[in-house]
Amino acid sequence: MSGRDRILGRVRRALAGAPEDDTPYEQAVPRDYDRRHGERSTAETVDLLAENLVDYRAVVHRCDLAGLPALIAHLLGERDSTGVLVPPGLDASWLSATAVAQVADRADATPHELDRVDSVVTGCAVAIAETGTIVLDGSADQGRRRITLVPDHHICVVRVPDQVVSSVPEALERLVPARPLTWISGPSATSDIELDRVEGVHGPRTLEVVLVSGA
Amino acid sequence: MSTTHLGMPGLPPPAHPAFPPFPEAAHDAVRDERLRGNLRHATTTIRAKRAHAVAELEDWQRLREAGKRIKDHTLRHLDRYLVQLEEAVTAAGGTVHWALDAAEANRIVTDLVKATGEHEVVKVKSMATQEIGLNEALEAEGIRAYETDLAELIVQLGKDRPSHILVPAIHRNRGEIRDIFRTQMAAWGRPAPDDLSDTPAELAEAARLHLREKFLRAKVGVSGANFMVAETGTLVVVESEGNGRMCLTLPDTLISVVGIEKILPTWRDLEVFLQTLPRSSTAERMNPYTSMWTGTTDGDGPRDFHLVLLDNGRTDTLADDVGRQALRCIRCSACLNVCPVYERAGGHAYGSVYPGPIGAILSPQLRGTHSDIDASLPYASSLCGACYDVCPVAIDIPEVLVHLRERVVQGGEVTREGNKVVLKPAKGHGGERAAMRAARWAFSHPAVLRGGQRLASRTRRLHPRTLPGPGRAWTGTRDLPEAPAEPFRDWWQRTHGGEEDDK
Repeated sequence: MSGRDRILGRVRRALAGAPEDDTPYEQAVPRDYDRRHGERSTAETVDLLAENLVDYRAVVHRCDLAGLPALIAHLLGERDSTGVLVPPGLDASWLSATAVAQVADRADATPHELDRVDSVVTGCAVAIAETGTIVLDGSADQGRRRITLVPDHHICVVRVPDQVVSSVPEALERLVPARPLTWISGPSATSDIELDRVEGVHGPRTLEVVLVSGA
Repeated sequence: MSTTHLGMPGLPPPAHPAFPPFPEAAHDAVRDERLRGNLRHATTTIRAKRAHAVAELEDWQRLREAGKRIKDHTLRHLDRYLVQLEEAVTAAGGTVHWALDAAEANRIVTDLVKATGEHEVVKVKSMATQEIGLNEALEAEGIRAYETDLAELIVQLGKDRPSHILVPAIHRNRGEIRDIFRTQMAAWGRPAPDDLSDTPAELAEAARLHLREKFLRAKVGVSGANFMVAETGTLVVVESEGNGRMCLTLPDTLISVVGIEKILPTWRDLEVFLQTLPRSSTAERMNPYTSMWTGTTDGDGPRDFHLVLLDNGRTDTLADDVGRQALRCIRCSACLNVCPVYERAGGHAYGSVYPGPIGAILSPQLRGTHSDIDASLPYASSLCGACYDVCPVAIDIPEVLVHLRERVVQGGEVTREGNKVVLKPAKGHGGERAAMRAARWAFSHPAVLRGGQRLASRTRRLHPRTLPGPGRAWTGTRDLPEAPAEPFRDWWQRTHGGEEDDK
């Protein structure tokens, strides 16, 4: 008998004495917890996102669409970046004001090659105000998961208020499970030394989030 | 440092060594001032933070109840959800394997790694692979497994054992970590800088540089998972450092070893646990990184994905109608951080990768109660109930502890390796059985209790620190408490006697 059949057999025998339960799943679990915590205006929700991002050491900037290229150019310049990775579907205008070398992500680029690029600029799928989280789903303006992981500096553009939700339940509703998803709340961190949080381990040590309005 | 380390120095400990019973191991640990200091510092810090993070959500108790009900429902229909998960993962391009026990799981993973032709793997911190002793099994086949979580790295470099679910090196302070990095890193790859200080930021930087070369060249990644969604086939790994993302996305092949109880029926169920897990474990609104993947994705991440579903005692645990609630555990470690016994004894005394209150009910169920350590674990508690209060899936740990004590002392029917067997009462618990019977009798006869307490108070100067005769076994591991100068009943009578009737 296969391992599969033996395990399933053991599960069924283990449950043989358990009380019958035909409750449909929709009714088996009380969902009386809050869909979001507190009532806020749209502007207040965006403010809360900014506040929580900062609380976990992300650097937050705000601008309108017209000011975005200059802001991105400024952020790359401030860091003395020599190269910036560009996801295949990033709006070209976002990088129109920077002179920093743009590196297109190639399917055959090795991790070592990615490691030599200083920065990456992406969009995002959704941002969660209550937790200060941005979620990437691999869409063309975000690219493969590795390009936001290996470079040490990530600039993530969030279109406000359209891409901002209040809560984790609201974010899950917007996401497509079949896509590879990365939830990011602040730069890489660890609590492994005396349970004290330290920012900056393997992921990008600098996370800059640009909240852009009018996009 | 713990004195319970077993095995030859320089070699990783065996997966299931003969651990001494809890009281013996804890006896040494509580006398280790540095260990107690490290633990007190770390657990005190996290307790306050967790309370704050939980207080931010006014619906916490409703989330907790929902989490409990989701898990209970899943366990009740586990066979159905396992099959559904297998179908979804397979449809998404993954391959599902089933492992009845540790040996089978290790063989499956070893064969998969060998098939790639590689001789090293990078690992995300995973309780399941620790439980089965995967690193040692791979090592025996000439495959080196690199732990990449910072705390796991500290444990691996220090040839140590993990002592906490979330922070396996919690028993080490920053000075000890610096010493381990300075002396051991060179043997595993890039050495630590000569002038490495003990500031956490510098230590984290040293780990970053040490591991980076391994991430960038890795061809095979090994992980566990926090959750598996049956309806979509999605796996979820919750982490902080980015080592998880490295291992899950850079290698060509990904092998995930996951306990069968980690299933959630629907995508929506994540909305509960992604709120309760980070706040319970690291006391954060959200952990820095969460990765979710469904099978394989063209052009992004590993081309081969293997899911190894692990039983290893879980179905035996499922067969126990009181004990099965331990399978609700989401490994947050909040119960460790609040436990007075854990804080003093440390994680090593539990003789398992699952220490603390949850370990005290999980290990004896996964492994059975035939060994000294597993028979003693249900006693590694004062039954204060703090673990239940903080548990985000409301596991009634004290209830299961008492249930398991009864099993150890009285024996009875249990399921082992899928078969029903009848356990005999454990040897050496005769005195305890007699004491429990005596206590039951005294508590149900108030006059006897009253008389005994007064007698004890009035003769307290004559009391020894240990008991003679059959009581020696009890006091061999406990100092006999000093009897108070005045029994509580007398004090109450004297100070409140006139105000209320003595009931």
